[in-house]
Amino acid sequence: MALRVTHHDGRLTLRFDGPLDLPATASLWTQTLTAARHAGGKIALDVTQVPNCDTAGATLLAAAETASGGADLIGANAEIVALLDLVRAARKVPASPAPDHQADPLRQAARAALNGLAFLGEVVVAVVRAPARRRMIPRRDLLALTDDAGVRAIPLVLLLGFLMGLILAFQSSIPLRRFGAEIYVVNLVTISLVRELGPLLAAVILAGRTGSAFAAELGTMVVNDEVAAITTMGIDPVTMLVLPRLLATLLVMPGLALLLEMAGLGGMTLVMGTLGFPPVAVLHQAVGSARLSDLLQGLVKASVFGAAVSIIGCRTGLGAGLGPRAVGEAATAAVVGGIFATIVLDGIFTVLFYRLHL
Amino acid sequence: MSEAALIEAEDVAQRFGDRTIFEHVRFSVMPREIFVILGGSGCGKSTLMRQMIGLLPPTAGRVMVLGHDMHAADADVLTRIGVMFQGGALFGNKTLLENVMLPLEMHTELPREARATLAAVKLGLVGLADAANRQPAEISGGMAKRCAIARALALDPPLLFLDEPAAGLDPITSAGLDKLILDLRAQLGISFVVVSHELTSILTIGDRCIMLDREARGIIATGNPSKLRDESQDPRVQAFFRRSAKVNE
Repeated sequence: MALRVTHHDGRLTLRFDGPLDLPATASLWTQTLTAARHAGGKIALDVTQVPNCDTAGATLLAAAETASGGADLIGANAEIVALLDLVRAARKVPASPAPDHQADPLRQAARAALNGLAFLGEVVVAVVRAPARRRMIPRRDLLALTDDAGVRAIPLVLLLGFLMGLILAFQSSIPLRRFGAEIYVVNLVTISLVRELGPLLAAVILAGRTGSAFAAELGTMVVNDEVAAITTMGIDPVTMLVLPRLLATLLVMPGLALLLEMAGLGGMTLVMGTLGFPPVAVLHQAVGSARLSDLLQGLVKASVFGAAVSIIGCRTGLGAGLGPRAVGEAATAAVVGGIFATIVLDGIFTVLFYRLHL
Repeated sequence: MSEAALIEAEDVAQRFGDRTIFEHVRFSVMPREIFVILGGSGCGKSTLMRQMIGLLPPTAGRVMVLGHDMHAADADVLTRIGVMFQGGALFGNKTLLENVMLPLEMHTELPREARATLAAVKLGLVGLADAANRQPAEISGGMAKRCAIARALALDPPLLFLDEPAAGLDPITSAGLDKLILDLRAQLGISFVVVSHELTSILTIGDRCIMLDREARGIIATGNPSKLRDESQDPRVQAFFRRSAKVNE
């Protein structure tokens, strides 16, 4: 396929030679349109030597015609004329602008916050009405969810807790050794784990494992119209789908946080052993450094974090849009939202416990 | 001189384990023909189409498409056929325009502006020019099928495979899709292989058909759909066209 550009009486003529199909269109597109745009007026498109043409070729001719502001077609057979008419008609309707999915970020955030509050209200209503609607809470699901969110998370929680205790103890022992205060590593690690890191890390694990799973599962149910089916059966989706998940996380989170703390203390004991402190001395120091109220504060925080992660996971799942992408987005939002909410709540708890002298 | 067939199925069979779906299936599809594969649920219509588009190797026999054995053919042959799957199979994270641009991006050296122009023309051909910037989740099932046809047309293939184009559509949308298929054949000279069990659609668009039967495990009738409806003496063919239920089903 070749293109010859000639001028006759100040008029540009583009002469095509050979079949005007998709490969030819690909090789001639830029050259043809550049010539047409710089023609400065009506051009001639000579297709006398074009034996056949497909819609790609006809689109090239139509695009050249538009770029130059008009063109005379020379030597076109009936097939080319018909195809060109078809392509011209197809190009007549302009595309509507893309819907504005990127609305004002502030407005979007405000809407998301309002929706979140409304959902929280729905959950509270469902909790209050739960005794009257207990038939709608599938007990078998509750057991399975507790197993999935709790029992199956234990190996990860133990490993992470052990490593965290080990790393914290090792890092803090380096500066404290300079002052001969290695034994206070136990105080530092114990308080950190029991009050802060235990519940916080358990919540992060819950957000990554369970919050995302809730969002993906409920999001898929939305996409498949299962949630709509539940609603049309007169069943409250929040009662049936959210409450068992909320209850499961409320049940497992204190246990997970406690296990993480125990594993962390185990890791710390190992490091302290290498520094010459026997396990009994470490245990004695740990018990003396933390109060029962510290442990209870941690467990209360763990339950609240668990509830937040669960509600956010369910909210993002039930609020998922349509299409396969929506499920992925819901899962991501559940993890990000769960971790963010956990940290914000932790800050609130810190201020609250300080004010209450706990 | 007679034209060469676009598709030749030569004694094709498909078995899954001990279960034979069909065997001894022979047919050919000619240029500019709308060829319908019809039959009841479970007779192997979609399985046969999956063999023709290279997704499933036949257990026996071979399917020649555009002169190539689809099971042994290289990827180039796939650029010369277009396929519309039942649900459209559009990519949810792309706009309709981007969906149609995808094959052009993968298989041609066209600049982006040219790809967008060609894709817009294809969407215009199926009546979706104004919806080019919308996402698949924002359009109806009928529009998704039209867009899938536009994507299948992107590389100007001479042969299109349509899996259940009328399934799940209201009669008006379905009739619109039938008209589109007939228009594309008339305007672009494309041949179609259509898998369907929608009687109205089959009778409207089909030039020739084969009817598969689950119990017979193969073809029980071949010919023009309207003629088969009016003239076939086979009770299974009559039952299909008259929509009579079997007592034991």
